[in-house]
Formats: sequence, structure tokens, C-alpha cells
Amino acid sequence: MSGFTRHRRSGRIIATFSGFEADLLRSLASQLVELLRNEAAVPHEHADPLEAMLSFEGPTTEPEDPVLARLFPTAYPDNQEAAAEFRRFTEGSLRDAKASGAASIIDGLEDAGLPPELGEEKVVIDIELDEDGAMVWLKTFTDLRLALATRLEVEQDDEEFWTLLPDDDPRSQAHDIYEWIGALQETLVDSLR
Amino acid sequence: MATTSPVEVEPEITPDEITLTSKPWVTIVWNDPVNLMSYVTYVFRTYFGYDEKKAEKLMLEVHHDGKSAVSDGTREEMERDVQAMHEYGLWATLEKQS
Repeated sequence: MSGFTRHRRSGRIIATFSGFEADLLRSLASQLVELLRNEAAVPHEHADPLEAMLSFEGPTTEPEDPVLARLFPTAYPDNQEAAAEFRRFTEGSLRDAKASGAASIIDGLEDAGLPPELGEEKVVIDIELDEDGAMVWLKTFTDLRLALATRLEVEQDDEEFWTLLPDDDPRSQAHDIYEWIGALQETLVDSLR
Repeated sequence: MATTSPVEVEPEITPDEITLTSKPWVTIVWNDPVNLMSYVTYVFRTYFGYDEKKAEKLMLEVHHDGKSAVSDGTREEMERDVQAMHEYGLWATLEKQS
């Protein structure tokens, strides 16, 4: 994996992916979009104003899925009411921003030639981004890593655990993908500096 | 010397918010095992406009101390910062400066 570099003459940020890599990124990004759009964002529209008020409070306000809970953290840990209010005003647009970021990665890969179904033929996907585009990829890589890490229960300084995990453990492959996206992200940050 | 001019006080402002002239709220970024040090530094530089040295100092505080107050201001400003941090995937909260 060579990752992202800044093209010296054009100043654009470029990367080349194999069909397999591009397909993997697309699959992860679509899962993220699905997750963001599936579990309904709080709050729902309520006809009854009392019901509406109550629905902003209590533990149900934080998304039940741990990945979503990590993507949309509670802004006021010690003030439930303020936290609910903050969530009410921010979570919807945050979800939209993250989903549209992931969707634009999918579009970018497909515009660069990734076929709907990856066949036998060899495909090379050349990605070229301006700084704004690179920022979108950077944020989506972060969301993907947060999602994978939450599912895998990655912890601080647990490298040894993952190294010792047998290759046939399904978590081992997922962790490799997590690490791969991290390495990609590192090259993207480097190329932006 | 001072002059006065007619002032309207917004009725919904709470006393809490009125006394906020001295930037009493802070945005806290918490350590997480996922985000790359280089990325966190980059976010602090890009979003807050901090220079590399300050951005890296804050990032290291997050990394070593588990958290760092990365900006201060009115409650409204801090809510904007926290929302932006969530957009970048950082784990951020806001609180009254102690």
C-alpha cells in the first residue's frame, strides 16, 4: 500500500487503489451509510407536546448502537437536560454530514472506474482529490475506524492482543482492515500538511 | 467616563449566560484509543487555526492526561466547537470552566 501523496505539480492529492481495496472501502462506506440512516435519529416528530418533551430525556436519547453512541457522544455528561437539547439540535445534521461524506467516497471510487460488481478483470482505481475532498475522506476514514474499533472493542495499548490473535479468528481480519485504514489515513494527513 | 445607551435584555437569557463575559465555558477533547495523533493535531490546526506547536501540545495533553481543554468561550461558541469536534470524530464535551 502506497497510500496518498500530493502531486508535486498539480498540488492535488492522489492515491491508487487495487480493485479489491477500492471494493473494500466501498463496502465499508456503504455499511456506514446504512447504519447512519437506519436507526432513526432522535427525536421523532410528536403530535403531543408533552410526549415530545419526554422523548428528549432519559437514556433513550443516546443511540442504542454503540457505534452510533461513539459517533455522537453526549456533549454534557453531567447534565441530562442540556445533553438532550444539544443532541436534538445537532445529531440530525451530524448524521447527514457523515452519511454524505461516506456516500461521496463511494461516488468517487465509482467515478474512478470501480464497477458495481468486482469481476475477474484487473481494475486500478486512481483517486484525485482537492483539499476539501481530502478532508471528506479524512473524516470518513475516522468514522470507519471508530465504527470498526467499537465493534472490535479496541482499547488503548492493546497491540499485543491483536498480534497474538490467531489468523483464523474473524476479528483478526477486521483488525487488519482497521489498521490498513489507519495507515491510509496517516498518509492522507501527511499529504495535507 | 461612560455613556449609556438603551439596552434590551433578551428575556430568555438565564443569569448563567449573562455572567459569561470572561469565557467561562470550555470544550474538552477526551482521549480515545482510535484517533491518530497526527490526525488530532491536524484537526486542532485546521479547525481552531492553532499553530503546529500549540496543536501538538494540546494533542499530547489529550494523549497523556486523558483530556484537554482545547478552546474556551461562551456556551454557544463551545457548543459549536463540540459539534465540529464530533464532525471530525473526536470525543468532545463542554463544561463550565472550573
